Amino acid sequence: MIEIHIEKKLRSSSGEMQLNPDIRIREGEFITLFGPSGSGKTTTLRIRAGLTSPDRGFIKTFGEIWLDTTRKIEKPVQERKLGFVFQDPALFSNMDVKENLKFALDKKQKKDIIYEIMEVMDLTGVQHLKPGKLSGGQKQRVALARALVRQPRILLLDEPLSSLDHDMRWKLQDYIIKIHHSYNLTTILVSHDVAEVYKMSDRVIMLNNGAVTAQGSPEEIFSNRPTSMKFQFIGEVLKVEAENFVRIVSVLIGNQIVKVIAMEEDLHGIRTGEKVFVSSKAFNPVIRKIQ
Amino acid sequence: MIDFSPFYLTLKLALATTIILFLVCIPLAQWLARGGSRIKAIIEAIVSLPLVLPPSVLGFYLLLAFSPENTFGKFLEQYFDIRLVFTFPGLLVASVLYSLPFMVHPLQSGFRTVPESFIEASHILGKSRYKTLFRVLLPNMKPSLVTGLVLTFAHTIGEFGVVLMVGGNIPGETKVVSVAIYDEVQAMNYHSANVYSGILFAFSFMVLLAVYMRNHRFNKASPLQ
Repeated sequence: MIEIHIEKKLRSSSGEMQLNPDIRIREGEFITLFGPSGSGKTTTLRIRAGLTSPDRGFIKTFGEIWLDTTRKIEKPVQERKLGFVFQDPALFSNMDVKENLKFALDKKQKKDIIYEIMEVMDLTGVQHLKPGKLSGGQKQRVALARALVRQPRILLLDEPLSSLDHDMRWKLQDYIIKIHHSYNLTTILVSHDVAEVYKMSDRVIMLNNGAVTAQGSPEEIFSNRPTSMKFQFIGEVLKVEAENFVRIVSVLIGNQIVKVIAMEEDLHGIRTGEKVFVSSKAFNPVIRKIQ
Repeated sequence: MIDFSPFYLTLKLALATTIILFLVCIPLAQWLARGGSRIKAIIEAIVSLPLVLPPSVLGFYLLLAFSPENTFGKFLEQYFDIRLVFTFPGLLVASVLYSLPFMVHPLQSGFRTVPESFIEASHILGKSRYKTLFRVLLPNMKPSLVTGLVLTFAHTIGEFGVVLMVGGNIPGETKVVSVAIYDEVQAMNYHSANVYSGILFAFSFMVLLAVYMRNHRFNKASPLQ
């Protein structure tokens, strides 16, 4: 169990805000901190990691107290032993991929783990390249791999995929899910991409203006009513076209464009660029093998 | 016959100054590079003073401070048996102060070129500040290191005012090349002055050329930035 209760006054362009989240996380959970920008998601994660100090607070991790301002306990970032991946991969440009991973090793740790992780993250082929020669997706894979070298039990991800294109995002999400399970991690992801949150998280914690406003499964948070829908996807509206009495809505789901026919009154003012659910209850799925 | 001992003295002074400044300025520049406060502004102003002050002003104050007639000089002589006026150690202290900005400024901008996220990533990976400095920060600011080292070295070679005020003109002890040139000109020995000047000119040019060429290879702009 991880308990986070922190308070910090934040100053932003829109004025002062009191960050005051109260979060409990079970071991092995995949949690997403979701909310508009400036709601305190990143600061919460940074306080969690020990990169930022709160005004007041208490953090307990698997029975161990990491932060207790009333008793003046604040475990240094170096000793918290967690994985953290930023939006910026922050790969050391003076070292190649393998050296970046080697740098992360603890003093008495065996080197074998590096080869194992490079295998899992498909980095063996690029291990001797400097970060400057890698693609955006490869860089984030290295950053993820490096974060795993010390075999942390907790992985913190601060919008690590937001600068990648859609396909690369999708692939990296699969990598993250894979490592979350195979290394028994407790993962906290900061994201504001609904599709990503939906795909990855066990539980979503909504932060708004520094406080937790809602939490629950992605279905509970994002669909107003839990239904028994069989097929449900999240997509982005690309275009709404009028055709006789109906509207044809082009929706981007994954990397496919799907056209959905809808009556005007069903659209409820949906505009292009908005995220929507595309679901269907009554139809016969046909399965065939992919050649 | 030309006396080459001023060259030996100059190189010794420049080398010692560079090494001392390098060690002192790494922590100082790192501290100055991150964040801002009133104290930092004051320290930065003091560090940059030698850039704007006439060397004679600095030399004059140091001469006063080092003089055994005054408190600091007396203190040094009584307790440590050190005299800094008209001696090589005195020259070295003066040089270190005078060349301070030439080491601090390149290192400071070097520290600023390394992204903050590198430092945080290293700390999260469990590495101490010390290890972060040597494995992550310094290797990622090599052009700045080279620039700081070479500028300090070259600037110390070119010193005149401070050296003359604090060191005087004692052969083999404080008579560096720049002072020797002045001395020869005063004595109307234009040939010796010419030889000294020519060597110094060529040497300084070679040093600067080497730095600029190296830094172009790093694809970084002017070393003075």
